[in-house]
Amino acid sequence: MSPAEQNAVRQSARNGWLLSVPALVVLALAASGPLLIVVYYSFLTANDTGGVIRQFSLEGWRGIFLTYDIFDEEYRLADAHLTIFWRSVWLSLTTTLVTFAVGFPTAWFIATRPAQQRAMWLFLITIPFWTNLLIRTFAINEVIRNEGILNTALIWLGVIDRPLQIVYTETAVLIGMAYVYLPLMVLPLYATIERFDMRLLEASYDLYASRWRTLRRVILPIVKPGIIAGSILVFVPSLGAYVTPRVLGGGKKMMIGNFIELQFLQGKNWPLGAALSVTLLIIVMGALLIYVRVANRDRSSDHG
Amino acid sequence: MAERSFEISRLPGFATIAIAAFALLYLPIFTLVIYSFNASNSVAVWGGFSLHWYADAWANQAVKDATVRSLVIGASAAVLATTLATLAALGTTRRKAFKGQTFIYVMINQPLMVPEVVTAVALLIFFGIIKVATGYQGLGYLIAAHTAFCIPFAYLPIRARLESMDLALETAAADLYASPWQTFRRVTLPLLAPGIMAGAMLAFVISLDDVVITEFVKSGGQDTLPTYMLGQLRRAFTPEVNAISTMLLGVTVVLLTAFFLLTRKKD
Amino acid sequence: MKHLLSATAMVLATATLAAAEGQLQLYNWGNYTSPELLAKFQAETGIKVTVTDYDSNDVALAKVEAGGSGFDLVVPSASYVPIWVEKGLVQELDLSRLPNHKNIAPEWLDVDWDPGRTHSIPWQWGSTGIAVNTKVYGGDINTSAVFLEVPPELVGKINVVPEMVDILSLATMYVGGEPCSTDAEVMKKTRDVLLAAKPNWISMDYGATERLSNGDWAASVNWNGSTMRVRLNTNGDVQYGYPREGYPIFMDSVMLLQDAKNVDEAYKFMDFIMLPENAAMISAFARYANGIAGSEEFMPEDMKTAPEVVVPEEHKAAGVFLPTCTGKGLEYMTAIWTELQK
Repeated sequence: MSPAEQNAVRQSARNGWLLSVPALVVLALAASGPLLIVVYYSFLTANDTGGVIRQFSLEGWRGIFLTYDIFDEEYRLADAHLTIFWRSVWLSLTTTLVTFAVGFPTAWFIATRPAQQRAMWLFLITIPFWTNLLIRTFAINEVIRNEGILNTALIWLGVIDRPLQIVYTETAVLIGMAYVYLPLMVLPLYATIERFDMRLLEASYDLYASRWRTLRRVILPIVKPGIIAGSILVFVPSLGAYVTPRVLGGGKKMMIGNFIELQFLQGKNWPLGAALSVTLLIIVMGALLIYVRVANRDRSSDHG
Repeated sequence: MAERSFEISRLPGFATIAIAAFALLYLPIFTLVIYSFNASNSVAVWGGFSLHWYADAWANQAVKDATVRSLVIGASAAVLATTLATLAALGTTRRKAFKGQTFIYVMINQPLMVPEVVTAVALLIFFGIIKVATGYQGLGYLIAAHTAFCIPFAYLPIRARLESMDLALETAAADLYASPWQTFRRVTLPLLAPGIMAGAMLAFVISLDDVVITEFVKSGGQDTLPTYMLGQLRRAFTPEVNAISTMLLGVTVVLLTAFFLLTRKKD
Repeated sequence: MKHLLSATAMVLATATLAAAEGQLQLYNWGNYTSPELLAKFQAETGIKVTVTDYDSNDVALAKVEAGGSGFDLVVPSASYVPIWVEKGLVQELDLSRLPNHKNIAPEWLDVDWDPGRTHSIPWQWGSTGIAVNTKVYGGDINTSAVFLEVPPELVGKINVVPEMVDILSLATMYVGGEPCSTDAEVMKKTRDVLLAAKPNWISMDYGATERLSNGDWAASVNWNGSTMRVRLNTNGDVQYGYPREGYPIFMDSVMLLQDAKNVDEAYKFMDFIMLPENAAMISAFARYANGIAGSEEFMPEDMKTAPEVVVPEEHKAAGVFLPTCTGKGLEYMTAIWTELQK
């Protein structure tokens, strides 16, 4: 590399940092930085009346894997934690798939409207979200409950003869989360599809590719950045979802978000709550890194 | 040409799914609006038509204040977060991989990675120290917190857009002796606009929806609409909250319609 | 954009005008403070009360403990009152500045959690019992067996409020123990009875007022004030049961924060709400009794005789104030609760 090129690379890296610094500063002050407090708290002793006692302890960390069975007076594997964790991962993955299955056609539809209409369709996607999450979740409950619109309509159509018990099941949580997170999938997808050059389709069809093949071989690779962004925006927040499982799941089936909240509030075990949070953070961060690496490698090999 | 590409861009079933998605999206909203006209105090049992919840909501100063506060925080956070996210996205895409790039990427997405209650507790303790030390208890804390957790929501769509844009036009502009700033203003920014718009809209609705972090960060007299509603969760919602939501929806729809009619005339 | 910035600047500016003339910051449960009461207080004293909501004792405690919250008065539940005192977050009250303190009903004056009422004054009180739709289930409703050994008619139709301490206490008393028991045998029985009952519950959720009224649920562990609303909504189909094995009584009380900036205004407000007619306004809004002697005559007609508000003589003895639970008792509760909600 010539000195001039080296200079250009260095310059580019410096600009990259400079442009990112303002966002990083805000995040350090009002998000990531304060999280260090949580890391610190995970090594302290729980205070029965809330908060922590400033005395070193590993109880919080041990509590993740082992629960002290106060009845048998012995430590055993915390299988309740595993159940809750597994349910969260499973529901979040399914939510991501469902939002993609619905969101991709929707984003495609919006992106293929005449240019001056697109903004309107985009707004139509976000308008329902102007109503607050709590009240919206209650409205969903209103639709899917036993005497709700959905069941009434299905019975009237003769599809079923008894109402489906949807409310207070994992299906209800899934429906609710897919509803809540749909725009998080549609908007990033739209942002990349909108850029898609439709002449590529023409070329593909001219070469006698089927629609399915075109979709797989031409469209999906190009809109991949949008798919990555959308899946992250849906999957990661749904792991920590709180309101939806609480309202639609009927509170009988916790997700990680609810479980961590229990430790910080009613359970008054801040160190355990903190240790659980740090564990979740590490797992998600790791998964995200792997996901991005793999996705980027695929992309460069596609082009290379 | 436009006609033709429109035809070609049709994928079987996509329009049907999209229309169905829109319909399903609005179904709960529809029930919500209906019950705002309920005469009884229930959001689930119909007791006849009445407008009195609108009158109640309108007369309720606490609700009005909370609504304005939510909109102010949401708009400020969306503008700030989108600006910062756009800069960061320009900094982290379309350049040779540099040291620390992954670090920046992970840091920017960090607010997504922990449940809200964790960030909320951390901010409660951290801001508590600052509040005691400085005596300042204003809305600044809420705006800062909202801006921070909105950044990834704005960043990811903008980044996705940038990644799918090619450099040719910008290179061409530079070849025509446009200054970097001119190139940015006249070429990059307009191309990036749909991404920025998507990001800003996401940031705004995410801020508008936030309950947990706001609940822990707010000081005296800083209830937002969601925390006001959370306070009612344990006892019972009344159609008053439906009425508020419906009014917000109504205002949005009117503003948007006006906006589209005006821009159409210009065309 | 310019508008937005100036609006923001304005809000920021007004928000910093803390502790201005004639202000009071009240931190209270959501939907719990009568707007008419505040209007009347402002008309009489010129003091403007700003209410900020919370929805859990733990959030309120954590927020104030973190410092700089900016509140003057807070309204914790009885079992949290000693915690607030112990942590030094509240001031001892100067009773000479509260002439209406004498109006506190005798049974609410010397309470365990605040003997002599030197740190807290009554706001509202109520009980956690069982609301049952008597059209669906005609049996005995004055027992915790309704949700712990669910009768066939109510299987899959009964809800349990997700309040750890209330539910664990009801169950412990049902198996013959004391709330917050540290007796392993008792807690084992508590766990077993709860785990056996859980499959018969439809949910563990709030929102009983709605869902009992619209028939989604046929029964629920519920608060008395909410049940009264449901009874009125359902023309008396839904009735309130007081479990004879023991049921929790709660009382939320007003406390003055250590770092309150508007102390004079706070005293005026506390004295104001201990006048019977003003206390009755609080009750008329939130539908719970208040603990001020003589306020009954100012209450709305439908509350004077409501069996949910005026506890029938035969059920009085079973009412229990929940102790402040710490240590092993709390550990037992959290462990069982996790098991129950996983």
